[in-house]
Amino acid sequence: MSRLAVPKTYKLYIGGAFPRSESGRTYEVVSSSGAFLANAAKASRKDARDAIVAARAAVPAWAGATAYNRGQVLYRIAELLEGRRGQFIAEIEEAEGVSRAAASAQVDESVDRWVWYAGWSDKFAQVAGNANPVAGPYFNISVPEPTGVVAIVAPQDSSLLGLVSAVAPALVAGNAVVVVASERFPLSAISLAEVLATSDVPKGVVNVLTGAPAEIAPWLASHADVNALDLVGAADLDWISLEIEAADTLKRVLRPESGPDAAAPALGRISAFTETKTVWHTKSLR
Amino acid sequence: MSFLEYAPAPESRAILSLREQYGLFIDGQFVDGRGTPFQTISPATEERLATVASANDADVDVAVAAARRAYDRIWSRMSGRDRGKYLFRIARLVQERARELAVAESLDNGKPIKESRDVDVPLVAAWFFYYAGWADKLDHAGLGANPRALGVAAQVIPWNFPLLMLAWKIAPALAAGNTVVLKPAETTPLSALIFAEILQQAELPPGVVNIITGAGDTGAALVSHDGVDKVAFTGSTAVGRAIAKQVAGTDKKVTLELGGKAANIVFDDAPIDQAIEGIVNGIFFNQGHVCCAGSRLLVQENVHDEVVERLKLRLATLRMGDPLDKNTDIGAINSREQLERIRELSDVGVAEGAERWSAPCEIPENGFWYAPTIFTNVQTSSRIAREEIFGPVLSVLTFRTPAEAIAKANNTPYGLSAGIWTDKGSRILAVADQLRAGVVWANTFNRFDPASPFGGYKESGYGREGGRHGLAAYLAPTAIGQSAEPHRVAPGTHVPIESADPAAASETHSDARSEPRPATTKKGGAK
Repeated sequence: MSRLAVPKTYKLYIGGAFPRSESGRTYEVVSSSGAFLANAAKASRKDARDAIVAARAAVPAWAGATAYNRGQVLYRIAELLEGRRGQFIAEIEEAEGVSRAAASAQVDESVDRWVWYAGWSDKFAQVAGNANPVAGPYFNISVPEPTGVVAIVAPQDSSLLGLVSAVAPALVAGNAVVVVASERFPLSAISLAEVLATSDVPKGVVNVLTGAPAEIAPWLASHADVNALDLVGAADLDWISLEIEAADTLKRVLRPESGPDAAAPALGRISAFTETKTVWHTKSLR
Repeated sequence: MSFLEYAPAPESRAILSLREQYGLFIDGQFVDGRGTPFQTISPATEERLATVASANDADVDVAVAAARRAYDRIWSRMSGRDRGKYLFRIARLVQERARELAVAESLDNGKPIKESRDVDVPLVAAWFFYYAGWADKLDHAGLGANPRALGVAAQVIPWNFPLLMLAWKIAPALAAGNTVVLKPAETTPLSALIFAEILQQAELPPGVVNIITGAGDTGAALVSHDGVDKVAFTGSTAVGRAIAKQVAGTDKKVTLELGGKAANIVFDDAPIDQAIEGIVNGIFFNQGHVCCAGSRLLVQENVHDEVVERLKLRLATLRMGDPLDKNTDIGAINSREQLERIRELSDVGVAEGAERWSAPCEIPENGFWYAPTIFTNVQTSSRIAREEIFGPVLSVLTFRTPAEAIAKANNTPYGLSAGIWTDKGSRILAVADQLRAGVVWANTFNRFDPASPFGGYKESGYGREGGRHGLAAYLAPTAIGQSAEPHRVAPGTHVPIESADPAAASETHSDARSEPRPATTKKGGAK
């Protein structure tokens, strides 16, 4: 006798809470064979703006945390994700219709990417920054700082790995993130939000929206309180218009990537969301 | 005669032999432009200096094609060591012709000769000298082994530091192995054209650097040209926005160095005499035509009156007049258009309730002049506290606590630079941490050095110029499995992303690219 299952309600993740879309809208998520899986929340313009407000509020504490602390928090995400491997593997198998081995590989790689980026947290500034030998009596140093709020359109062809590959590097330097999950595979994104919510990631540092990227992304691209726009998963959207919208507030923009290597681990994904600050100090014995 | 009245001491113009007319510098030669030629004048006297060619779209095509040819056939195949030697030659030639360049700069721009002679031109030489040494050390630029050049760089520069901005653009581009098409500002083309003569003396291979003069439409044609791989712009935030829109959807890598509204924060324990000099240098250097100028003075409330009084005393000693006079502190405003903008915003300040005080200067009869001006009682919402005036106008605001100073300093869409004046080291470091600005000067202001990265946060632009960071703006990493030499990479090779700019990293080059690329790099819908 099989037990009657208790299905999960998938909602958004904004400011550390799991609200439904303020619009009340949902959309049907189906498996690769067309079977009903869940009704995911269909985020609205207002949800996007709420998420940006939450992200902005989270920036000072997250950016101001020590790099050692941020590294430990990111590593803690890997730990908790590892502990829930079974859940994610089953979710990916069902949603994407891939083999257990492929789903396992996706989850394992996701865990490993959190670990890789966690380790960068307290080393990145040493690699990206330096002392500058200026011609005068000054101590001059350049250091990377987080750019602020990063809006991301996650890769659309995977449930978990694409999302992790885009979100993790943005967090390393201390940015807060608003991410639009894969429209077709949104469920693991919300399950990942449950991991984040229990991993010492301060509320608002990561905000996850599900729904139609084509509807939400323009609001993120034009919002004046977003500092950077990662279009990694926006190849099928009218992303040129998004880049043009982003130019109004001179956002830092990463253009779409596609294929299995999209958002592959790279130092450049960390530095893309940082600003170099150069400080001149006078030197004097007087 | 009071002790402040000096006899005139003009630098001789004899060192400079300007031509009657200047053409476009393309493929190593001066050629005629097909646009309508324009005159460049001295803003101090309104005297005509020379007639300068204007590049139309067809000229831009020719210049970009020359740069592409030079890239494919010569510059991308030359060793870093030899590229470096050319840059060292250029640095030395700039030093040899330094006075001539300084005189040309002061004539055409209006800045005091003591600034062009002691700041601009020495920094130009330093910039080439610094980046010359990088050319054969690119493996250490921070992008991994064998980073590759981007290709043809389109560079558009402003009129406030004409030759220095040219150096900021050309030196790192060439060191990294790119070729260049540069457009100087319409009102200040002369020093760039003399620089073209220096390139001929250096025997730089034709086409590696092309200098095309013209107005805004020449710049727009250059930036949007399909044959360029990199766009570097210094100028207003409005034009920067337009450029960011123009390049949207292309593979072009972009750096923008735009406007600013820097806070210069003076705490009550600051060394006051030094702070006054720093405030003056911060906003009145180069007539305030400085994107990183300290145009908002945030002074702690309890020392406000003392600082303002001393500032007025100091400003009353500044000497305004002939830019070529060695004793001149404040030169001419660069153009009539800019003068009108300064006047307009200044009048808005008065209308919005701020109190205006201008230094008692004798304004010369001809030319464009604006006396150093201070506004007190300025509200944070006032346009003179929010908008870039780009002139010798200082807005004074007050604060009580460090937290309030930081909040006010960051209350701007700009984020280029900031200043902190205090005797307390720990406070300097804590405040510097909190300021959202790309360059922070502590107990100094407006210092520039080729080794020191410069550039903005937020709407002051993106990318850095100067230092190792400035070099990286002209390079892309070579991915595993990819040849270091761009011309050997097959079109369509997939390149994993390793740089800050995925578009640049996925770019491919081929031998067949001596002609401008077809305009098919855009996808994803209508613009």
